[in-house]
Amino acid sequence: MAQQLSVFLENAPGRLSRLARFLGDKDINMHALFVADTSDYGVARVICDKTDEAVAALREAGFSVTITEVVAVEIPDRPGALADLLDAIAAENIDISYSYCFVEPATKNAVNVFRLKDKTAAERIAAAGFRVLSDADLHA
Amino acid sequence: MKKIWNEAAECMPRAQLEAMQLEQLKVLVPHLYNTVPQYKAKLDAAKIDPHGIKVLSDLKYLPYTVKQDLRDAFPYKMFAAPMADIIRLHASSGTTGSISVTGYTRYDIDTWSECVARSIVAAGGEKDDIIHVAYGYGIFTGGLGLHYGAEWMGACAIPVGGGNTKRQVQFLRDLVTKGGMGCTPSYALLIAEAARELGEDPTAWPLRYGIYGAEPWSENIRTELERQLGIDAYDIYGLSEIMGPGVGFECEVKNGLHIQEDHFLFEIVDQQTGEPVPDGEYGELVITTPDKQGQPLLRYNTRDVTRVIPEPCSCGRTHRRIERVTGRTDDMIIIRGVNVYPSQIEQILMSYSEQLAPQYQVIVTKHGSMDHMEVQVELNPTFDFDEIRSLEALRAEAREAIRTTLAVNVELNIVEPHSIERTQGKAVRLIDKR
Ligand SMILES: [Zn+2]
Repeated sequence: MAQQLSVFLENAPGRLSRLARFLGDKDINMHALFVADTSDYGVARVICDKTDEAVAALREAGFSVTITEVVAVEIPDRPGALADLLDAIAAENIDISYSYCFVEPATKNAVNVFRLKDKTAAERIAAAGFRVLSDADLHA
Repeated sequence: MKKIWNEAAECMPRAQLEAMQLEQLKVLVPHLYNTVPQYKAKLDAAKIDPHGIKVLSDLKYLPYTVKQDLRDAFPYKMFAAPMADIIRLHASSGTTGSISVTGYTRYDIDTWSECVARSIVAAGGEKDDIIHVAYGYGIFTGGLGLHYGAEWMGACAIPVGGGNTKRQVQFLRDLVTKGGMGCTPSYALLIAEAARELGEDPTAWPLRYGIYGAEPWSENIRTELERQLGIDAYDIYGLSEIMGPGVGFECEVKNGLHIQEDHFLFEIVDQQTGEPVPDGEYGELVITTPDKQGQPLLRYNTRDVTRVIPEPCSCGRTHRRIERVTGRTDDMIIIRGVNVYPSQIEQILMSYSEQLAPQYQVIVTKHGSMDHMEVQVELNPTFDFDEIRSLEALRAEAREAIRTTLAVNVELNIVEPHSIERTQGKAVRLIDKR
């Protein structure tokens, strides 16, 4: 399992840049940023190095932030690899709340991040032959 | 079927009841004078001899207690019993955001349980019933109040609490094989709706009755509740300053709420002059708690508007009835011709305390010639908001609950924690820009 920050943001000009600037100023490096929004507010999901430090600093500054456990899976660099992964997840009957993709800083491989309801999902995906990344892998 | 829990108390002849009330009042006033400095000051200022109560109607000479007195007494200055005897605290956060605390002794908790037990039995509750309690548990008095009442009369209470509507549906369907439920009327409607969305027909459930309170509701809502859930719906009245739910309740006649006069003396007073009004006329409900121990109150003005129903009730109870309360006088606003009390909105928002913080603002503007009402409420920072779907579902649910209860459309926006401006003292809940 990997840790993701979820930050609640009102949809007002400058909210997201304020978040990004804040993390930058604290020398926290974002690997991935994915924003889900409605017309009135959004949730910014962030994978970064120094997660605990980031949470403490954001809370201190008055941001609403929670840590969400997500499953980050490295996708082999070949056609159909993502489809294979999604098939495996479907075969295990695991519900996907959402997912997004980014490039792993160390290897430059694609990484797909999932929020999955099932607590055993990470193990089962690994057992199906996929490389599930830990926080340490992500921040290498 | 026996529908009166305590016939000796509930059907006590008026003369005997009033004699008892007088005796209790004669003890209460000197006791408060001696134990609560605020009451000593009030009685002295009004030049009242605490031992001078001769007849029940002397009540009208006693000073009022208002919400502000309770705030000034924060936290324990109005307690009339030592902390060694206090076994429970509840608190209410009014529309102004400040908190007032109520303390209960063992006797007070037992009285409360008894009062709620009577309310449940009046709704048709029986000892072998299962009662699904979907009021919020915690410092809010709804959950524990109904829970203790159910246990007091020997029924089985399920402490479900608020939230998780899907589970509510499942429990009501599978666990309440005989019995009833209690929650706010708007929440009951939401449960009914959620059940239908899940393909359930609540009218086919064994559920027989619902005891609905903590927010003002109307005959329209009763009709809806009874139709959608296939039950009998009863109103229960109470406020945490006085005790909690069970101060008054509806019997099977469903025409007004019996105030439990062996524990609560009530008056209806003119909003302007503070003078008692003739029976049958509208005014503010004022309650005195003659046998309460933890925090007895003299003439507490609830600000709830109602009237006495002077005719005796056909159910056989001798305790007088009041008409159902539709709102408080403090804070009414008119939106498109409909009377709206921010407290109604607050009560709905408070039923989502897991997700929403008790910080909100009602903003009224004019869009052309139309009134527009926006409610902003802060996200509860401990809520796992990551899944935006759950937030959106919550928003839709709360907006619908407000629309159903108030009969007014509202724009509901969830805002960042701590983004609604805090002011010192009285919080600004209503911004009317019209
Ligand atoms: Zn009656």
